[in-house]
Amino acid sequence: MAYKIIERRMIVPNLHEFIVEAPAVAESVKPGNFVIVRPDEHGERIPLSVADWDRTAGTVTSIFMQVGGSTAKLARLKPGNTIPTYVGPLGKETVIQNFGAVLCLGGCYGIGSIYPIARALKEAGNKVYSVLEARSSFLLYWEDKFHKVSDKVFIITRDGTRGKKGHIGQIPEMLQQAGIVPNLTIVNGCTFQMMRMSQITKPLGWKTIVNMNPIMIDGTGMCGVCRLSVGGKMKFACVDGPDFDGHEIDWEEFLARRKSYNPEEVDPLRHSSCRSHF
Amino acid sequence: MPKQTPWERIKNFEEVALGYPIETAVEEASRCLQCKKPFCNQGCPVGIDIPGFIKCIVEGDIASGVKKIKETNALPAICGRVCPQEEQCEKMCVVGKKGDPLSIGRLERFVADWEAAQGKIEVPDMAPKTGKKVAIVGAGPAGVTVANDLIILGHDVTIFEALHECGGVLMYGIPEFRLPKRIVNREVEYVRSLGVKIYTDFVVGKTRTVDQLLKEFDAIFVGSGAGLPWFMEIPGENLNGVFSANEYLTRVNLMKGFRFPEYDTPVKRPSRVAVVGGGNVAMDSARTAIRLGADEVHLVYRRSRTELPARIEEVENAEEEGVIFDLLTLPVRLIGDERGWIKEMECLRMELGEPDSSGRRKPIPVEGSNFIVPFDAAVIAIGNSPNPLIPMTTPGLEISKKGGIVTSAETGQTSRPNIWAGGDIVRGAATVISAMGDGRIAAASIHKHLMNKE
Ligand SMILES: Cc1cc2nc3c(=O)[nH]c(=O)nc-3n(C[C@H](O)[C@H](O)[C@H](O)COP(=O)(O)OP(=O)(O)OC[C@H]3O[C@@H](n4cnc5c(N)ncnc54)[C@H](O)[C@@H]3O)c2cc1C
Ligand SMILES: Cc1cc2nc3c(=O)[nH]c(=O)nc-3n(C[C@H](O)[C@H](O)[C@H](O)COP(=O)(O)OP(=O)(O)OC[C@H]3O[C@@H](n4cnc5c(N)ncnc54)[C@H](O)[C@@H]3O)c2cc1C
Ligand code: SF4
Ligand code: SF4
Ligand code: FES
Repeated sequence: MAYKIIERRMIVPNLHEFIVEAPAVAESVKPGNFVIVRPDEHGERIPLSVADWDRTAGTVTSIFMQVGGSTAKLARLKPGNTIPTYVGPLGKETVIQNFGAVLCLGGCYGIGSIYPIARALKEAGNKVYSVLEARSSFLLYWEDKFHKVSDKVFIITRDGTRGKKGHIGQIPEMLQQAGIVPNLTIVNGCTFQMMRMSQITKPLGWKTIVNMNPIMIDGTGMCGVCRLSVGGKMKFACVDGPDFDGHEIDWEEFLARRKSYNPEEVDPLRHSSCRSHF
Repeated sequence: MPKQTPWERIKNFEEVALGYPIETAVEEASRCLQCKKPFCNQGCPVGIDIPGFIKCIVEGDIASGVKKIKETNALPAICGRVCPQEEQCEKMCVVGKKGDPLSIGRLERFVADWEAAQGKIEVPDMAPKTGKKVAIVGAGPAGVTVANDLIILGHDVTIFEALHECGGVLMYGIPEFRLPKRIVNREVEYVRSLGVKIYTDFVVGKTRTVDQLLKEFDAIFVGSGAGLPWFMEIPGENLNGVFSANEYLTRVNLMKGFRFPEYDTPVKRPSRVAVVGGGNVAMDSARTAIRLGADEVHLVYRRSRTELPARIEEVENAEEEGVIFDLLTLPVRLIGDERGWIKEMECLRMELGEPDSSGRRKPIPVEGSNFIVPFDAAVIAIGNSPNPLIPMTTPGLEISKKGGIVTSAETGQTSRPNIWAGGDIVRGAATVISAMGDGRIAAASIHKHLMNKE
């Protein structure tokens, strides 16, 4: 099949907004779902979380980070180009209820994917406290969108160029000062951030949901590559997740599994081919 | 049948068995006694008129042979290659009582390949349009069979397939060297040419649910196949370098990982591989590992050679290609290095005891026989549960303890009206031809239902 690219632009360095025409997906997508994309006929199937959609226009938005070969191919696409595979919505949606007060933490591409979650939680009557975290101010995006769906938006940057200077370890203190105790914490972002936040909230007893991002192939519960250990049990992120309780995950195992294909995919990127000119 | 020599074929992914030349086919066909009451037919789950098509070969009228087979089997080039014939049609052949039975599967393959070589495919007589709409979930052998039968009967048929290619296990599981993918594509294109609409990248239950489809379609057939791989539930199974057979084979077959980096999906090329299991899936994984350049591939199986569930032909092929069989061996632990990669496997020796419920002698561990073997990869090929997606997203569907959809054996009907199911989603891992047999039964039942309902 062929899916038309409506928009692909770098919104902050190395992060791309990616809008694709896929009416069947747009019709049924929910917060927390993901899609699987293949950039061209020789391409790999890679999962991307959904960050927004327009049901009338039949389009779906993701934010992706250029890390390796497949995302580099995506980053070269222009509006009007087509890609051969765009399938979804996959995975279980994030559970949306009136929990009371919810902390939504987003970093990296997760700022995008947690946005529809925050919006749905707000619509469900929650007090929504959004925390956006980045290394520096120039890596933040969609702040205005968060203001519309949050009771309060907190910004943390490593270098202090915007919002609070520091890291996610300061979130409990930040919330305490604002007099906020979340009934639920949801984290979308890079693996390291989700792990760190789970470690921070565990001693506090804050229930924490993370949106896991293992390597995937089919995304339909067939191949088993997306398995992870949750509460000592084997779970499959594409059909049992990708949302799981962050306090139950075997993070060490998870981090190791995500690196399975680094020797093939990542290491070659680090070697320059200049030598071949001599 | 002529084959590529083992030393040639371990270096390529081309088909191993080369097929009959026409002279051999006619000679083989001439051995058929044309029994008045043939037993062979009864062994075929789709009831092919076996003496009928064999007679056509003897008479040199291959085109009529094709027509005969296609009356009941839309995928002869596939069945002729992967059916466990020795357990089915050929087991029942009377000639087999005294010598070798007729090579029915090979003749079927010959006829199908002959037709393809002619370049023009006969289209069967189509019934007038009924105006009834049927949706099919999954383009595996079960779904494709139902589509074929119902389009010929005049219904409007749409297949929804989750992956980007059709064929199910035929595409992602069974390797190129046993079933070339161009043959699967050819058979799928044939069904499409009859007017079946096919949507790939469409996950029923997610993109749209069965209940949403029921608003638009008069009947639904679920052929969503096998799903989540089983693991042994021993320590170390989530180490890097440990794969389910489905992952390993999907990377190689569907995603063409054996041509990485021309294709983007990587596949590991380890040097010492353990494949755990003894069925067709295990043989396919072991033979794939050999072709990917492994120095040593061990097939680790807890019973003895006689109990291996794989087809004997495939066991022999694997042996010829250098797969080492560690029989009566049970893995108990996978041991990793400090970076989380598998480096060793701890096993126990087994001995055979009394027959168990499956009628096979039960393997019993020999106390204290533990030993450790170095491996840098393990492929777990011990089976799958039915695909969980449709059961998870279709309320009211009766599901068995093992996770499969429950159907009536006579009709393929599920516990919910207007929904039928068949193939691996009902049986658990079974065979191509049994999935097709289920498809035929369901198609007949759907047809009857649609024509009675006005
Ligand atoms: C449910 C889910 C949702 C995701 N959502 C997003 C998103 O919204 N935006 C985004 O930028 N990324 C997302 N990812 C991660 C994204 O899929 C990977 O970054 C992408 O596959 C990398 O492909 P590559 O070829 O560019 O890089 P590669 O060269 O393949 O790998 C670069 C790094 O990414 C890891 N990786 C490789 N393949 C995968 C894979 N299939 N899944 C996960 N990690 C992989 C590798 O371990 C390696 O460290 C998500 C992953 C999952 C499972
Ligand atoms: C490696 C391997 C080797 C084998 N070798 C042999 C052999 O030699 N001989 C033999 O007879 N049998 C063999 N088998 C078994 C045989 O392939 C299966 O029994 C048969 O393919 C089952 O057919 P099916 O149509 O039920 O399902 P499948 O072939 O599994 O097809 C199901 C299809 O449905 C799709 N699907 C799943 N869920 C959804 C959804 N929600 N929406 C849309 N689509 C969906 C899947 O992507 C897939 O394409 C082998 C199996 C494997 C794995
Ligand atoms: S379909 Fe299979 S069982 Fe039937 S005749 Fe052909 S090879 Fe034999
Ligand atoms: S049983 Fe054997 S000999 Fe008799 S008709 Fe069938 S194939 Fe021919
Ligand atoms: S991605 Fe294959 S089972 Fe989850």
